[in-house]
Amino acid sequence: MLNVPVLTANEDDPRVLAAGGAWNVANVEVLERVCARAAGADIGAIDLSRVTALDTVGAWLLERLARGGTTRAALTGADGAYGDLLDEVRGLNRSEPTDHGSVNPLLEKLDQLGRGSRRLVTDSAGFLHMLGAFSAALFGVVKHPRSFRLTSTVYQLGRVGWQAVPIMALITFLIGAIIAQQGIFHFRRFGAESYVVDMVGILVLREIGVLIVAIMVAGRSGSAYTAEIGAMKMREEIDALSTMGLDPIAVLILPRVLALVVALPVLAFIGSLAALYGGGLIAWLYGGMSPAIFIARLHEAVSVTHFEVGIIKAPFMALVIGLVAAMEGLSVKGSAESLGQQTTASVVKSIFLVIVLDGLFAVFFASIGM
Amino acid sequence: MTGSTAIHIRNLVVGFGNKTILNHLNLDVREGEILGLVGASGGGKSVLMRTLVGLLPRRGGQIDFANVRKGERSWGILFQQGALFSALTARQNVQFPLRENAHLSPRLLDEIADAKLEMVGLSRADGDKFPSELSGGMTKRVALARALALDPALLFLDEPTSGLDPIAAGEFDALIRTLHRTLRFTVFMVTHDLNSLQAICDRVAALADGRIVTVGPLSSVLESDHPWVKAYFHGARAQTLGFGT
Repeated sequence: MLNVPVLTANEDDPRVLAAGGAWNVANVEVLERVCARAAGADIGAIDLSRVTALDTVGAWLLERLARGGTTRAALTGADGAYGDLLDEVRGLNRSEPTDHGSVNPLLEKLDQLGRGSRRLVTDSAGFLHMLGAFSAALFGVVKHPRSFRLTSTVYQLGRVGWQAVPIMALITFLIGAIIAQQGIFHFRRFGAESYVVDMVGILVLREIGVLIVAIMVAGRSGSAYTAEIGAMKMREEIDALSTMGLDPIAVLILPRVLALVVALPVLAFIGSLAALYGGGLIAWLYGGMSPAIFIARLHEAVSVTHFEVGIIKAPFMALVIGLVAAMEGLSVKGSAESLGQQTTASVVKSIFLVIVLDGLFAVFFASIGM
Repeated sequence: MTGSTAIHIRNLVVGFGNKTILNHLNLDVREGEILGLVGASGGGKSVLMRTLVGLLPRRGGQIDFANVRKGERSWGILFQQGALFSALTARQNVQFPLRENAHLSPRLLDEIADAKLEMVGLSRADGDKFPSELSGGMTKRVALARALALDPALLFLDEPTSGLDPIAAGEFDALIRTLHRTLRFTVFMVTHDLNSLQAICDRVAALADGRIVTVGPLSSVLESDHPWVKAYFHGARAQTLGFGT
């Protein structure tokens, strides 16, 4: 079957070509070379009587050759079985290809910049819209407490709270241990090892504990929310809910975001404890400070204020993570690629906003003297 | 048309867990014909098709393809939902098998993809659309163009007209008929559409109880005594279409 396709000129009349062999996609490389050589010449007719196989690719190449000259070349002698295919191909690709035109690279950059700036505005508007819709749904639930989806909320709480405890505790434990080890290593030069307790205590309770946990939650649960809601959007489940007279925000997003708002302070609390435990363990094993002294120093160094500063931030961070995840999930379009894009955007945006929020809180607490 | 067999199936057994779906199934698909496979929902039609194309493992039996060399994909498959790659445009979807299996120049690749899209009744502008922007009927057409990209000798169609309105379904049937005449492939078609069976199938095979209970031209299948076949073709819905009278 693998006959090499050929295209030869007739010895008597060079305007008549004879095609032979298998003109199919398996031989397309040879075919393109053969046709490129023949193209441009004035072809009167192509004799197909020695063609042993013909498919759409072969038929199209013959058709292109036939169209190439000033007058249309005749395709003669084709096996009857190929007649229909040649007739079909004869009518194809008649319209002129649309020219997309070249684009000025500078204009393109400006275009991208403009679109990017506009996206910043629409994103902010989208976030505010989601916040409004969430508040409205929350208000609806307060007005009619029976419409609250307790089962769903508890289920989500289990997923984003309870199941996240081991990994959060492990990560914050390690972070606390690393901070303590670095502190001891560097403070030792000044003979100020005992101040490592102050550093670990204040840093963990005020900033690191809640920040690490919030970033972990954004990566672990925020991405899952976006992917879930996005998949539901793709499969028209969200539309189905709306047509049943249910508010997708109240049914899907409220329980998820509320679960996050409840879970994140708890996780931040557990995380802070784990970090202090890690710090204390390193102070004992690496710095030679007995646990009793560590606890006594910690008691002097930190006050409830430090703990409050940290934990107050947690529910706000959870709200931001949950709303960004929901917003990105709802803006998923039909394709699998879009789902991936929105999930990435959800994680990146929520981590960014969590850090910005943390900065704003730092300014706020400093100005009220906490 | 030549009378030789394109697919030769003997004693095929397929099952999941302790459930046997296909039980010693025998079937010959003749070269160049359009064979319609009917069967109850969940009765194993799709399982049979997926086993033939190698998506499901078989427990026993033999499947022989004529004119298909080992490792060479000379079949095209139209999945029920189209299964278009959502990240690629319609044109890129059609080009995908060509790009992977043959070395075409970019110009020829575009020309062939446009030709295939035109063959299934779509315009050049439709080629730039993404699958999420296509209607159900257009999705099926693009999927058909992709299945035909390499001019396969064998075409598997999984419920090609499901989800289409009667006009679109009729047009799709006519399209398969026309392409079948020009490109001369063999069609193995799973369908529920009684109109399709009547309009385009050369032979009909009925699958019940894990085996083919009757196969032949529609007229002979209609005379079968098998209770399921009788219920299928002589039921109320079939009656309104003029079957079994």
